[in-house]
Amino acid sequence: MPDLIEKKKTEAVAVSAPEKPEKARSLGSDAWQELRRNPVFLLSAALILLLIVITIAPGLFTSVDPRAGDLRNHYLSKPSYGHLFQDDWFGYDGQGRSIYARVIYGARASIIVGTCVTAAVTVFGGLLGMLAGYFGGWVDTLLSRITDIFFGIPLLLGALVVLNAFTARTVWSVVFALVALGWTQMARVMRGSVITVKQADYVTAARALGAGTPRILFKHILPNAVAPVIVVATIALGGYIATEATLSFLGIGLQDPTISWGIDINSAQNVIRTAPHVLFFPAGMLSLTVLAFIMLGDAVRDALDPKLR
Amino acid sequence: MTTVMEKKTETGRLVPGTPLLEVRDLHVEFKTRDGIAKAVNGVNYSVAAGETLAVLGESGSGKSVTAQTIMGILDMPPGRVASGEILFRGQDMLKMSGEERRQIRGQKIAMIFQDALSSLNPVLSVGYQLGEMFRVHRGASRKEAKAKAIELMDRVRIPAAAQRVGDYPHQFSGGMRQRIMIAMALALEPDLIIADEPTTALDVTVQAQVMDLLAELQAEYHMGLILITHDLGVVADVADKIAVMYAGRIVETAPVHQLYANPAHPYTKGLLRSIPRLDQKGEELYAIKGLPPNLLKVPAGCAFNPRCDAATDLCRTETPALHQVMDKDGAELAGRRSACHLWKETLHG
Repeated sequence: MPDLIEKKKTEAVAVSAPEKPEKARSLGSDAWQELRRNPVFLLSAALILLLIVITIAPGLFTSVDPRAGDLRNHYLSKPSYGHLFQDDWFGYDGQGRSIYARVIYGARASIIVGTCVTAAVTVFGGLLGMLAGYFGGWVDTLLSRITDIFFGIPLLLGALVVLNAFTARTVWSVVFALVALGWTQMARVMRGSVITVKQADYVTAARALGAGTPRILFKHILPNAVAPVIVVATIALGGYIATEATLSFLGIGLQDPTISWGIDINSAQNVIRTAPHVLFFPAGMLSLTVLAFIMLGDAVRDALDPKLR
Repeated sequence: MTTVMEKKTETGRLVPGTPLLEVRDLHVEFKTRDGIAKAVNGVNYSVAAGETLAVLGESGSGKSVTAQTIMGILDMPPGRVASGEILFRGQDMLKMSGEERRQIRGQKIAMIFQDALSSLNPVLSVGYQLGEMFRVHRGASRKEAKAKAIELMDRVRIPAAAQRVGDYPHQFSGGMRQRIMIAMALALEPDLIIADEPTTALDVTVQAQVMDLLAELQAEYHMGLILITHDLGVVADVADKIAVMYAGRIVETAPVHQLYANPAHPYTKGLLRSIPRLDQKGEELYAIKGLPPNLLKVPAGCAFNPRCDAATDLCRTETPALHQVMDKDGAELAGRRSACHLWKETLHG
């Protein structure tokens, strides 16, 4: 009889255990499954991959020096669209430089500014937001007010002021200016997200089982709170690229000899009536790049936010 | 600071009956916008190794707040320990530093929560979360932690533990998740486990399995167990003694069978009468009238008086002490106390 009871017990245990042959799936792998089937993601990822290759190795795409101007190559001569990947493919600009080469080399500034600003803003803003959200009380009050103060400075106006302080402006000074003014958005998103997550039972449970504050913050709260930040960061990346181009266009961002689409758009203004292609190619590349990142952000948001499915 | 002499068996476990935890005159308050809510008003109870104390009470009676205070996971503010002592093996935990208390949590006292799904981190595998106990408190390596996690899952009878160690909480059934919570609490073989409504979120058959498992593991490790529940049915088989709480006070304590057979407080009596029984088919089920008191405005006298059928003028003015309960011949009944002016009438009448 005891055997029978024992047997029943194990049977009951076995019944309550559904067989799950499939591989374990986490939020991350679920999101990946979703992304892999999303054509918007595939398209934007392909574009971004291409841009990254261009950034790392522009020499693969053109052998022409983008800074070498030859005035025999007149900007009024029409682009030779048949000459694929040749230096006169997109025509020449006002100083006789190959527009194709300049478009290729210009990607570097945009991608570096975009990725570095996003990374720095996410780490810095995310950290401040996490501390404010987790500790609450006066820490939150202090950090949130600082965030509000920075949030009140218009990005473009603030960047103009900050960049004016630099005598020689490089990619890094632009990155600095955008990070100094752009982190508030991430701090706010992260703070809200952490406040939601820290009330979860599993955080209390981790505390009850003796986990210390750093472990609770980085192992239990951060992975659960980071999804909205990733989404906002991906979408914002396109915005930072556009802002860099805007600053360069206004003459306050990057300067010659650095090659930037913004600078090229600026110099194309003068010839826009006679040679629109001088404007079209850098502007088109800029739009395409920003679009690719925003599409990526949308796809990531759809994948990471189960509520939107 | 007195250290209680500890007797241990050959396996290093505490001898059953060794005093573990004593809560003395604990008062906990919450600051709210409308005033101070006194959630716990002078609670006393104790648990020894190998003993199971069931703390019974409805929502808002202070049973969970007491447990959270013992664990040191009460949100402060708005919560505040107004006075009292919580002695764990003779040392007052309320006087310890945060780090000392953290060392006790998980290693010496562990807690099982009500809702296992929300108490397990959804983005970490159960194996990681089980192993985390060893990594935090014992400095184990990843590999050792994983091996320990599998061992624990085996011990709480999760089939195919080695294959499932990498699975995530949502892939387990409710009963299995609760067993994983139990495994986490057991991981470091604590002296005391506090189970806060461990079976409330489970269906009845699984409840029985989980309670059996808990009782079995307790017997094996000689742990003390505080079982917090509002379900009289759950505690009948496993508890040794029961403390009934109402409006932040203990209103009755008794060995489990005596309480069921012969309650000495009208509230306990009402609770027992409101359990549906098979022989009452067709009859209307008894219900205690009224609602639990607002903790911001606890009635004067006995907090239960507005809902009590037997309340007298004395009950409305004077708060009853926790009286020692005696049998008809005037002999003290061991471990039985009742906070009712009319305990004699309730018990013998």
